[in-house]
Amino acid sequence: MYKLGLDVGSTTLKSVLLSDHDEILYQSYERHRSLVREMSLSKIKELEPYLKGHEVQLAISGSAGLGMAEIGAFPFVQEVFATAGAVRRYDPDSDVVIELGGEDAKILFLKGSLEERMNSTCAGGTGAFIDQMAALLNLDLNEMDALSLKYTQLYPIASRCGVFAKSDIQPLVNQGADKANIAASIFQAVVDQTIIGLAQGRRIEGKILFLGGPLSFLKGLQQRFVETLKLDAEHAVFPSTAPYYVALGAAVYAKDSTDIYTYEQLIEKFEKIASTRIKNHGLKPLFKDNGEYSEFKHRHQQSDIPTQDIHTYQGDAYIGIDAGSTTTKLIMIDEKDRLLYSSYTNNLGNPIDVVKAELTDIYKQIDNRIQIRGCAVTGYGEDLIKSAFHGDCGVVETVAHYTAARHFNPDVDFIIDIGGQDMKCFRIKDHTIDDMVLNEACSSGCGSFIETFARSLGYDIEEFARLGLTSKEPVDLGSRCTVFMNSSVKEAQKNGASVADISAGLAMSIVKNALYKVIRARSVDDIGKQIVVQGGTFLNDTILRSFEIELGRNVIRPSIAGLMGAYGAALYVKTKQLKHSTLISEEELAVFSHTSRAISCGGCTNHCNLTINTFQDGSRHIAGNKCEKPLGIKQTSENPDLYAYKYQKLMNYKSKPGKRGKIGIPMVLNMYENLPFWHPFFTELGFEVILSGRSSKQMYAQGSQSISSDTVCFPAKLVHGHIQQLIDEQVPIIFYPCMTYNFDEGISDNQFNCPVVAYYPEVIAANMELDEQLFLYPYLSLHQPNRFYDKMQAFLKRFGCDISIKEIRRCGELAFRAYHAYKNDVLKAGQEAIQFAHDHHKKMILLAGRPYHIDPLINHGIHKLLTGLDFVVLSEDSVPFITPYEKVNVLNQWTYHARMYNAARYVCKQPNMELIQLVSFGCGIDAITSDEVKDILREHGKLYTQIKIDEVDNLGAIRIRVRSLLAAMEERK
Amino acid sequence: MERVEFTKAMRKTHTILIPDMLPIHFKMIERVLRDEGYQVELLQTTGSKIAQEGLNHVHNDTCYPALLVIGQMIDALKSGKYDLDHVALAITQTGGGCRASNYLYLLRKALVQAGFENIPVISLNFSKMEKNSGFKLTLRLLIKLIYALIYGDMLMWIANQCLPYEAAKGTTMGVVDHWVAKLNTQFHSLRFLYISRNYKQMLTEFSMIKRSCVNKIKVGIVGEIYMKYAPLGNNNLVDFLLKENAEPVVSGVIDFGLYCLKNNQVDFSLYGIKKHVQPIAKLAISFITHCQSRMIKAIQKEGTFRAPGTFDSLLDAGEGFINKGAKMGEGWLLTSEMVELIHSGVQNIVCCQPFGCLPNHIVAKGMMRKIKNVYPTANIVAVDYDPGASIINQENRLKLMLANARLNERMAHGGTAEYADKKAHVYAYEPH
Repeated sequence: MYKLGLDVGSTTLKSVLLSDHDEILYQSYERHRSLVREMSLSKIKELEPYLKGHEVQLAISGSAGLGMAEIGAFPFVQEVFATAGAVRRYDPDSDVVIELGGEDAKILFLKGSLEERMNSTCAGGTGAFIDQMAALLNLDLNEMDALSLKYTQLYPIASRCGVFAKSDIQPLVNQGADKANIAASIFQAVVDQTIIGLAQGRRIEGKILFLGGPLSFLKGLQQRFVETLKLDAEHAVFPSTAPYYVALGAAVYAKDSTDIYTYEQLIEKFEKIASTRIKNHGLKPLFKDNGEYSEFKHRHQQSDIPTQDIHTYQGDAYIGIDAGSTTTKLIMIDEKDRLLYSSYTNNLGNPIDVVKAELTDIYKQIDNRIQIRGCAVTGYGEDLIKSAFHGDCGVVETVAHYTAARHFNPDVDFIIDIGGQDMKCFRIKDHTIDDMVLNEACSSGCGSFIETFARSLGYDIEEFARLGLTSKEPVDLGSRCTVFMNSSVKEAQKNGASVADISAGLAMSIVKNALYKVIRARSVDDIGKQIVVQGGTFLNDTILRSFEIELGRNVIRPSIAGLMGAYGAALYVKTKQLKHSTLISEEELAVFSHTSRAISCGGCTNHCNLTINTFQDGSRHIAGNKCEKPLGIKQTSENPDLYAYKYQKLMNYKSKPGKRGKIGIPMVLNMYENLPFWHPFFTELGFEVILSGRSSKQMYAQGSQSISSDTVCFPAKLVHGHIQQLIDEQVPIIFYPCMTYNFDEGISDNQFNCPVVAYYPEVIAANMELDEQLFLYPYLSLHQPNRFYDKMQAFLKRFGCDISIKEIRRCGELAFRAYHAYKNDVLKAGQEAIQFAHDHHKKMILLAGRPYHIDPLINHGIHKLLTGLDFVVLSEDSVPFITPYEKVNVLNQWTYHARMYNAARYVCKQPNMELIQLVSFGCGIDAITSDEVKDILREHGKLYTQIKIDEVDNLGAIRIRVRSLLAAMEERK
Repeated sequence: MERVEFTKAMRKTHTILIPDMLPIHFKMIERVLRDEGYQVELLQTTGSKIAQEGLNHVHNDTCYPALLVIGQMIDALKSGKYDLDHVALAITQTGGGCRASNYLYLLRKALVQAGFENIPVISLNFSKMEKNSGFKLTLRLLIKLIYALIYGDMLMWIANQCLPYEAAKGTTMGVVDHWVAKLNTQFHSLRFLYISRNYKQMLTEFSMIKRSCVNKIKVGIVGEIYMKYAPLGNNNLVDFLLKENAEPVVSGVIDFGLYCLKNNQVDFSLYGIKKHVQPIAKLAISFITHCQSRMIKAIQKEGTFRAPGTFDSLLDAGEGFINKGAKMGEGWLLTSEMVELIHSGVQNIVCCQPFGCLPNHIVAKGMMRKIKNVYPTANIVAVDYDPGASIINQENRLKLMLANARLNERMAHGGTAEYADKKAHVYAYEPH
């Protein structure tokens, strides 16, 4: 009896055929290009020489195989279960199995209590993720793998979700970091993802079996796993059957089946499967008929800009360069804004070479007829390109785009730009930027997502887009993040959707994602009436059409949609009317060369990873820095900065040895607020208070193994590292109370902490190994001192610390005074900062966050960036509480969040002050507060800027936002 | 934003729409409210438009239940079925530190956005948060509502033990429908108070349903309250489990009520607050637990079906895992329910949670490791629900849980981990 196992994954089809004696007769691993059912049928046909004349049992596994199994009435085995079955049969002495597939990651703990886990819905560190990253680096998988083995340094790359990692990698690419290092770092991110996201606190040890395509083909990935888990050859097993293992499991499972087929019967069944189409609840097609299509085509051909022949033109010219994330755009215009030269090049991860080639080309064509009178640079790579080629000026991306769109349609009131990696849109009111939205790290998989997706299905983007236009019934794929879209596509594949329908469905999704998730449009009228769409992604007609359909309104797409940033930059520099451009000359360009080198900065404890580009003239450009220090410039700003002030104050608490021994306090979450109480309280009681110290990436990594929920906010995840630090320091007692309630500050209807802040100690107690130490996490509240004294006394007594209530009261009263003194001091410092700003005519930013946002690892140094741009920085608790407080339109019941409403109201009354709201990714409460804060500000004509922060360290995007805000403030004057 | 009050006059003129959560219970609640003179209509609509309306009108990072409930209401208002000048909405408000307390406000914001700002919204709460002159939670109404929930729990609990085994499809739901109708008439009089007699008759009728005696895998469902119970939220999880040949085990909603009451007592003992509600909380807890224990006794006496655990056993189950002070969202109740299920022999558990649910980071995902350490055979799967999560992804995880459940079962009965005949090799497994 033969046993055939089929594993139909999201991108590949695997098969294994077992003989009568369970030997593998045949195995295969192929991409199915989304043609799941056709491929399966031809696979059976291909197996004819093996199967003919034999009796066969068959089982199907894999996420896209379920539909087939249902139609064919074949046994279906869940893929993790299939793997487990095959392991028990073929590698029974394994302790742990790690399997990475196209879009799933799995871990199986076989010894001890059996546990099998799959990645949650929001986690993409898998094969498809590696594919996307390789495409980003413009490498094929083999090249990337080979390069990764030659790494010299690893960069921290967000490991939670593919989309996040991408926004970490992009700046590295733009800074010119060595691809070998990036490649290895990507693999390291996959490893970290597996450990944090999958193992979730359980240790990966013993003999480990590595399975799935990526883990068997990629030597670099193997190496990262082996090194990270500290395995020797005996304990790291990479079997040759690794890519087919699930199919092998399915074949093993098939043995149990009572259904036996002949080759002919199988063919018959699979033919039936291939011809069955399941009705999708599809969307309407993009075009009713051909007439509608040609009208669409014709209408968009209208939006064109005149050109001028570079070979005959005589006079002045202006160059604009938009160094985007994946593409580099360059435009040269004449005196009348006509196009002399344009280029749109995939920068292949190396924007410098692209610009060099383009400039060389331009110099060759212009002779002495054309004088370059200015060159402006914009985009992610603005700094690098500007210093490499001595551009005249830089332009904030948003300003460049508006300049271009305004030139196009003076009455434009809404611009949306979807590029490869990022999306921006602005509303224009009275010819100034009134509101601006940039995509958060979460939804950044915009244009390049479709491109890599098309590629993973085996299509190039043009063909993929063209197919979409012909779709009869686009599949409905939802509107969440791209990782979710992947699994929706999987579902569509399961149901046998065509590539055309998937293409159109993806386009609809991207558009919905942009409108509802990023812009948060409430209705069509909310968007605007004079809409200009731009960015390379809109050159895809399928997306353009989807956008018009979703809006129910025609929009303008300039023919240079992808070049608008560069065009805007050129227009911008033209208005400067420079005498001479500083742009690199033809001669200098001819000998131009550069090298890049990665180092770790030793300037402070941040240890930023710097990329140093050295050019042939000896000048250097440093990227990756958070502050000005490595640039050799003295701290430029002496502007007051409440974030730095508060942090400094907390870090300066001094402990002294006491009669009662040591007590450890983790510097996390609400401790940033309550330390001024706890520290004097315990010190006065006679404890030596040991703080967990400053957060660092290493510290975070130390504790990451025990994180139980991969979607909780970063500040909460960081708690594990701080506790681990206290464990490692063997502090005998760790104190971290649960606090449902907070102080009543008179500005809210109730005084809750958020659920995570309130109860995170429970998670620590349940998930960290605290055997040696006493972990104290009493339920306490500080808002009723008398109650607190009683509870604290009783609690400490239970742990053998009998302190009289009188003493507790004395120390408590002292601590409360100290706490209030601290709060008042912050308030006073706030007032002084405002006074300073008035006296020195500085602009102010109120950075409204939560107490723990002053941790530099959490805020990524945003406050430094702001002072670097000459702002004075205030915090949400450094401005007076306005009482009686005005009601807000939601239930105002969280103490920390009430401060943000208060801060927003305060800002509304201040000239020269704007508010930036800091939101930690995953903070559910801010889904409620952010709309409210925005409404308060906008009612009073203030700008609303929200910055979402996570473990991702992507100051580049934040920089653009803040500079855009600055530009908008200037323009509004 | 000015609040539109639900006035006395509106009682006569307005239809009140309430979103469904528990299909059996809410049919009775609808009746009870109608008997009190409110023109209530239960929203039982389904379809992808509901989530879409939610996405369009509520911040997309808000929890899934809010998106669905608000989406369902907006969808209903847009359907053209209702006279928009004579319609009102009702939504529950729990008043804890979780985001759910804000659903009411998010709904109001959504209504303004969608152009329905004149439609009154009634907050259904027990914490005196917001009042409407036209809607009063009288003692009589309150008692009837509690009874509706208690009866609903009984019907749901027993029906789930019959559905997987019924010989003729539909007989179980026939009995359920019959009893919902019967109880609805009882609510007109005082007959609904004869709780023991009703229980007895119910049990007799359920036990007469012809059932097969095959042994099916039992799967407990816990989670965020809406996700746990509402088929719209959990993509018809109960039906899915039935289709997969499993027996769903779903504990009653009245436990959630008891949990809320208990929290008042805990708040008092921990922080000395809420002193004035202590007598009421105590009275209500003893009344409800009394009804519950009569249900348990009736089931045990009749003998055909498994009885649920008492509230006291639920309180005990959580001990050593989580403090009773953790009271936001489902708080300690959720952890306790998982442990209680394991105690009662249900090793397989689905934990339904809205994606990004804050309390669940603590009380669900945060506690799973500890539970697994204490009960190594526990087979728990956490499933995230949100508008973008695909059903296949959820079902794939559920299927994995079920496959493991079957394996555990086979091994507990002396089988091996192998699919076929090969004898057990090194595989550490300790029968529980």
